[in-house]
Amino acid sequence: MKDLIKPENETEAIQMLHRYNEDVLPQKFGKAGKTWVGILLVIIAFGVYNYIQQIRFGLSVTGLSDTVSWGIYISNFVFFVAVSLVGSLITAVLYLLNVKWRAPLTRISEVIAVSAIMFAGLIIIVDMGRPDRVLNMFMYGRIQSPIVWDVIVVMTYMTISFLLLYFPLLPSIAYCRDFMKNIPKWQHKMYSILSLGWKNRPAQYKVVEKAITILSVMIIPVALSIHTVTSWLFATTYRPGWDSTNFGAYFVAGAFMVGAAAVIAAMFLLRKFYVRFDEYFTDKHFDRMGRLLVLLSFIYLYFTVNEYFIPGYKMKGEEAAHLRELFTGIYAPMFWSVQILGMIVPIIVLLFKKGRKPFPIFIMSVLVIIGAWFKRYLIVIPTMLHPFLPLQQVAESAKHYSPTMAEWSITSASLAGALLLITLFVRYFPIISIWELAEERDIPHHTIYEHLNDE
Amino acid sequence: MSNNKEDLEKNQDNDSGRREFIRLGVLAAGLTIAGGGLQKVFSSEPSVSGEKINVLTPDGKVVSVDASHMKAAESCCAAPSSEARQGIPGKKYVMVIDLSRCKDAMKCQKACQKHHLLPSQDKYLKVYKMQDSPEASPYWMPKPCLHCDKPPCVKVCPVDATFKRSDGLVLIDNERCIGCRFCMAACPYSTRTFNWDEPIQPENYMDMEYSPESSTPRKKGTVEKCDFCPDMLKQGKLPHCVSACPNGVYYFGDANEDTVCNGDETVRFRQLLKDKAGYRYLEGLGTEPSVYYLPAVNRLFPFEERSSNPS
Repeated sequence: MKDLIKPENETEAIQMLHRYNEDVLPQKFGKAGKTWVGILLVIIAFGVYNYIQQIRFGLSVTGLSDTVSWGIYISNFVFFVAVSLVGSLITAVLYLLNVKWRAPLTRISEVIAVSAIMFAGLIIIVDMGRPDRVLNMFMYGRIQSPIVWDVIVVMTYMTISFLLLYFPLLPSIAYCRDFMKNIPKWQHKMYSILSLGWKNRPAQYKVVEKAITILSVMIIPVALSIHTVTSWLFATTYRPGWDSTNFGAYFVAGAFMVGAAAVIAAMFLLRKFYVRFDEYFTDKHFDRMGRLLVLLSFIYLYFTVNEYFIPGYKMKGEEAAHLRELFTGIYAPMFWSVQILGMIVPIIVLLFKKGRKPFPIFIMSVLVIIGAWFKRYLIVIPTMLHPFLPLQQVAESAKHYSPTMAEWSITSASLAGALLLITLFVRYFPIISIWELAEERDIPHHTIYEHLNDE
Repeated sequence: MSNNKEDLEKNQDNDSGRREFIRLGVLAAGLTIAGGGLQKVFSSEPSVSGEKINVLTPDGKVVSVDASHMKAAESCCAAPSSEARQGIPGKKYVMVIDLSRCKDAMKCQKACQKHHLLPSQDKYLKVYKMQDSPEASPYWMPKPCLHCDKPPCVKVCPVDATFKRSDGLVLIDNERCIGCRFCMAACPYSTRTFNWDEPIQPENYMDMEYSPESSTPRKKGTVEKCDFCPDMLKQGKLPHCVSACPNGVYYFGDANEDTVCNGDETVRFRQLLKDKAGYRYLEGLGTEPSVYYLPAVNRLFPFEERSSNPS
C-alpha cells in the first residue's frame, strides 16, 4: 500500500495527491489489452448469434427438457448473483468495520458487482421461453412468487450498487476532466457530462461521504436478500436436494467466498498490466484478502457439511438417489473436484503465509471461481434429474442433461460481456479511488484544486 | 356432470359417438399435416373444390374426400382467457383412479394426446410402473395433473399465468405465461411440459381464439399440462381419459355432489374412498391433490411388463 504518511505541509500533500492521481489515470490499451477485448468481442458475437437462433427456434436449441427444465442459464445466473455480492462485502462490510486497507479495492469490487448483477438480469431473460412478455412481470406480477421477490431485490441491489460505484467516482471523473491531456474530444465530453459539474468543494465531498455511509448500510440487507432470495427459487420447491432450510445461508456464504476470489484475481491482473498499481495493490493486500478468503471458505465449508453430510447421514428415501449420484454416481467427479479443488485446496494453501503471496493466491482464487461456477451447476442440474416420480415414458434425451453448443456459447458470452464491461471501465476510468485513500488518512482531496487555483 | 346415473350414461354414449366422429377428423389431419392432428368434421357444403384429401377411417380404410367437405370443428365450449378463470359454478371436480383395475391399456393417454393435439414427446397423462418396495408387486399408476387444492405451481407463478379455479381446476393461460418454468420446478409430480419449439399444429387451429380451457392453439415457449378437459365438463361430459378407459379405472365427478362416474357406474365419492381405502399420492407434501388413488389390491389383471413403448 502506498504509505500515505501525513505529509509535512500542504504543498507536499498536494504534490503527493497529484502524483497518485496521475498514477491511476486510465491508459490506452496495449497489444495485450486489444487482443483481450478482441477475444471477448468474438465470444460475445458468437453468443449473440446463438441467442438470435434461440429466439427463432425456441429453447429447443438448448439441451433442456421437461425433466431438466433449468440448466446452465440458471446456474450461471446464480453464479453472477453470487459474484455480485462482493461489492457489498468490500465496500460496505469492510467500510463499516473501518478496515483501513480496503480503500484501493472498493472501486474494482463495485465494478465487478455492477457488471455481474447486470448480466445476472440479462441471463435470466435469456432463460425465458417468452422474453417478449417480460413486461408481464410488471403488469401481472404476483408478490407471492419468489421470482417477483428476486426481481425486486436484484433491481434494488443493482441501483444501490450503481450509486455506490458512481458517487465515489465523481471526484475521479472530475480529475480526468480537468487533468487528462491528449484525449479525444468525446472522451473529454464524457467526463464533463458524467462528472455532473463536480467542483471539488469540501461540501461536495461531505455529501458524497454521507451518501456512501447511507448506501453502505442500506446495501447490506439488500445484498443478503439477493442471494437468499435466489436460493429460495430452489428452496421453495419440494425437490430433493433443493428442499433445504440451509440454502439461504449456504448461498450467501458461497457468494462472499467467490466474490472475494474475484477481487483477488482482478487485483492480480490489474497489477500485471498496470505496472504502477503494485504500489496500491500491495503484497499486504493480497495477504489480507487471502486471510479473508480463508475465513469465508471455512464458513462455506461449514454450510457445505450441513448441506450434504447431514442428509447423507440419514439417506432419506427420495434424497438418497440424488445424494448417491453426487457422492459416487455420474456427478461424483465434478462434485469432489469442486469440493477439493474449489474449497479444500485453497483453504490449505492460503493458511500458509507463502500461499498468500500474489501468484499462489491468484491461482487459488481462479480455482475458487471455477469451482464456484461448477458448484452452481451441481446445485441446479442433478436435482432436476431426480423428481419424485420415476423417469418413465420420457425421451432418452430427457433422462440426462448436457448443455448444447448454443447454451455454452450464450453462457460464455454473458461471462465475456461482464468481463468486457469491467475491462472498458478500467480503460476509461481510474480504477483506484485516490480521494478515498486520501480522505481515510485525513488528507483533504479538495486541496489539489486550491493548489491549481494558486498557480 | 349430473347426479343422475342415466343422464351420465347418456352423456357417455353421446360422447363416444362424438369421439368416433372426431377420431375420423383427427386421422384425416394426421395424413394431411405431418405430426399433427386436426379436428375436422364433414359439412353439408355442396360445392366441390376438386381437391381431394385422403382420410383414414377408424376401421382402417383410406377414403378420398373432397377438400370442401372438410371443416374445422368449432370448439363449442372453451371460454376465452378473460372468462376461463371463472370455474363452473357450484362444482368441485375430483378424480379417483382405481389402481386395481389398470392394466396399462394406455387408451387414456391415446385419447388425451389426440384431443390435445400432442406430439409423442409431450404427455399430459402418463402411466407409471410403480413398485412401493422390492418385495411388493409392481402396478400401473396413471397420473394426470393432480389439480391440487394447494398447488405449488400456482404459488410460484410470477405472472398469474397458471391459476386455480373455483371448480378445483388448475389451468394455464398460455397467452400470459412468460416461460420461466418455475412451475415445472415447483411441481412435485412432473406434470408440466414445455413447448421448447414452435408446436406443430394444424393451420386453422392457429387462427382459432386461444382458450385456457382447451389449451389450444398451443403456444411456443410456454408451459402446458393436463387440464381435466374443461370444454368437455362444460357439456356435462367426462374428460377424454375417463371415457376412453376400457377398464373403468378413472372415476370423475363432483365432490359437492359426492358423486363420481367411471362411464360404467356412478358411485358416492366419499363412500368409494372409504370402502376402498383411497389415498392421495405424496399426501405428506400438503399439496392436497384433487386426484385420489385406490390401492392396487385384488387386481383385475395380473401385472404384465409393457412390451414396447406404447407412445
